[in-house]
Order: sequence, then structure tokens, then C-alpha cells
Amino acid sequence: MTTQPKKARVSTTVNGQPVDVLVAPYQSLLEMLREVLGLTGTKEGCNDGNCGACTVSLDGRIVDSCLVLGAEADGKRVDTIEGMARPEGLHPLQQAFLEEAALQCGICTPGFLVAARALLEREPHPSEERIRLWLAGNLCRCTGYDKIVGAVRKAAALDGAGNGRAAG
Amino acid sequence: MHDFELHAPDSIHEAVEILAEHGGSTRVLAGGTALTTMVKQSLVRPDHIVSLHRVPGWSHVARLGPEINIGMLATHRAIETSPLIREHAPLLADTYAQVATVRIRSMATVGGGIAHGDPAQDPLPTLLALNARVRLLSATGERQVPVGDLFRDFFDTDIGPDELLIEVQVPAQPHDLEGVYLKFLPRSEDDYATVGVAALARVERGRFQEARVALGAVGPVPLRATAVEQALQGRKADAATVRKAAELVGDLVDPVDDARGSADYKRDMAVVFTRRALEQVAGIPR
Repeated sequence: MTTQPKKARVSTTVNGQPVDVLVAPYQSLLEMLREVLGLTGTKEGCNDGNCGACTVSLDGRIVDSCLVLGAEADGKRVDTIEGMARPEGLHPLQQAFLEEAALQCGICTPGFLVAARALLEREPHPSEERIRLWLAGNLCRCTGYDKIVGAVRKAAALDGAGNGRAAG
Repeated sequence: MHDFELHAPDSIHEAVEILAEHGGSTRVLAGGTALTTMVKQSLVRPDHIVSLHRVPGWSHVARLGPEINIGMLATHRAIETSPLIREHAPLLADTYAQVATVRIRSMATVGGGIAHGDPAQDPLPTLLALNARVRLLSATGERQVPVGDLFRDFFDTDIGPDELLIEVQVPAQPHDLEGVYLKFLPRSEDDYATVGVAALARVERGRFQEARVALGAVGPVPLRATAVEQALQGRKADAATVRKAAELVGDLVDPVDDARGSADYKRDMAVVFTRRALEQVAGIPR
């Protein structure tokens, strides 16, 4: 049994890199990523699980990182927006968001991209309805959703957008 | 968030030992979709949190004889996508699929959702209508409680401070018992229900051989509408019978005014959605 009176040691894998950090019991995974690891690509919106701006992938499942304690990521795999682009260029979803002008202020964009990637990993060619249902937990207050859905459809039409990771 | 001591037991037995020691100042953390928010907003200020993220297992979905056993840590998403649930309790799969968004469903657990005791949660009326039970474990023993006896008030359940909800037992839904969960969402897809109605019915030779109705979000606890069920039992399965029986719901519910509607509106909608749910399961054209 482990009792953690002050800071907990968390051993996790972030975007494929092994990471060891100390987090306070009350620090969320979002705070651990942004404040401890300096990975500020994951955004804080509502901080109560409504807006999806803080969406990350935890062991292959998308979660609102504001609702997960950092300590709970121990032994798990975390994938964030920072791990999305490839050395040779942007991820097809990122490229499609640019080409379709699927963002304005951009604060919701990392959450949309991480969530959309998880969808395409499971369903490489989703219908528009599936895309809208899957992204229902991501809020955008500037663009409206049509361009975002259009960008996901565009990326889905390209091969390899899903990276072939197993469904969770 | 205020500070607390975080415990990460490796088994349910270690978990209940911690609960026995610290009792009322302790909260159990499973999926975290409710508790993390409540702690952040200082709605609860536990001195100890028992996180179950290191407890192996207890996310099973298994069929044992006439019942389906669901481990406390099975996620809403697991219930939504389980072929076993789809076959033996399709209403449960349909209901869990309607909760919030996929990222909440992939975190929120079945056990946590019940223990949270929020009467607006979608699964509760369905679990009531399916006659589900829960297993509660403490350091001194175990007991089983029907879901119908579990809820006492808003966010208040019969689960003791030293008890852990470890499993839900759901009798399989007979194949000839049609079921539906109707969630009235006047605003957005991922909201809590303004009114939620679970209904099950078996109609033979044009009459209700069995009818079950339960509602959520219309009072301090999810409720089983037994008066409606009795008004349907043995009666002709037609629009007039259903309309009259559904009217009884208005006197059973005790909703509050909030952002999802006024109390009067919710009372009216409880009647409307009970009627629609019954029409659907009884195959009555609207």
C-alpha cells in the first residue's frame, strides 16, 4: 500500500518519453503537464470537465485532464498535442485545420486535435454524425463547428491519419 | 484545490481498511469526473482521498446465471460498448451511451456514478427499473442493497463512510421486455437531463403484462413510479391508458427550479416523457 502525505512521485510516459515528476496530491494532470512539465500546449478552459480544452489521451482513451489527478497518471501513457506533429511535418489533422481555417483564437484547438486523432484511430472514416458526437465535449466559442468538422473529414480522407494505434 | 492526504491502495481490502480508519473525512476517487470537480469547488473538503487507480481488476462485466455483474471500476464507455451488455441488458448500454461526452464516459465509473448520488444522472432510473443491486464492502463484512433503497437525498446515499461499493448486479433484461431511456435535453447534447425516464414493458394480446417506469432529475432521489406501473398492469396497451397512467407522474415528482428548467416545467415534462417512453416500449403509434 502506498500512502502519499505530501508530494507523490509519478512515473509516466508523456508523448513516448519516460518522465519522473513529483506532484502534490491536489494537482491535476492538467496542472502537472502545464506547470510541472512545462507542456503548455494543453489548455485550461473551464477546469470542470465541460469544455474539452484540456483533452489528452490517457492509455489511449481521451480524458479531460482537469478531472484527473496527476498522481493517477502513474504508470500510464499520456499523449498530448506536443506529440502530434511529426519530424517531417504537421499531423494530417493539424494540416487540415490550417487549410480549412478551423480555428480563430486557437485555445480550443489542441483539445479538438487530440480528440479528433483518437476518433480517427478508432474509426478511420467516420460519418459526419460520428464526428459531431465524438467532438460534442469540445467547445469552440469563435469558429463555430462546421469548419472543424470539415477539417476532420478532410483529414479522414487522407491515409495514415490515425497512426493505427489500438482502440481503448 | 485544498490539500488532502492521497491514499492509493493496491486492493479493495486495503481500501476499506483506510475507510475504516478515517471514515467520514474520506472520499473515494474512482473516475474522478464528479469528485475532482467537487473538491476544486470546495463543495466537499475531504482530509483523505482514497484513489482506486492502483486497484487491479474490478472493472469486469460478466454474466453469472440470470444476472450481469459489473465491477465498480467499469467505465460508462465499457458498458456502452460491451457486447455482453448489448445482448443481455440493451437498455443499460443505451442509457450509459447517453451520459455526457465520450471523454467523460471513458473516465466515469459505474460504481462512482451510483455512489455519487446525483439524482440527475442518467443510469440511475435505468438501474432502478432493471431491479439492480449493489454490493457494499466494509472492513467488517459485506451487504447487498437494492438500488431502489440506496438513495436518501440529493447526493446522499445509504453507503456508510466505511463502505465501498464494489459491484453492481443487474438481472438480465428478458428479451421480450422492451426498454427505453428517454433523456429530455432542451439545450445541448452533453448536458444533464432536464428529465430522464426509463421504461420497460411487455405487451401480450394487447395488454400490459408488465410495465416498469423510473425517473431521474425530478426530485432529490431517482424514483420508481410504482403508481404508474400499477395503473398499467393488465390494462389495454393503448394511447388512452398510457396517457392516464402517465398523468400520475405529476404527483410523484418533486423537482426544483434550476438552469435546466423550472419545477413546474419539469413536472409537465416528466408526464410528457413518461407517456412517450411508454408509447415507445408498448409500440403505440403517436
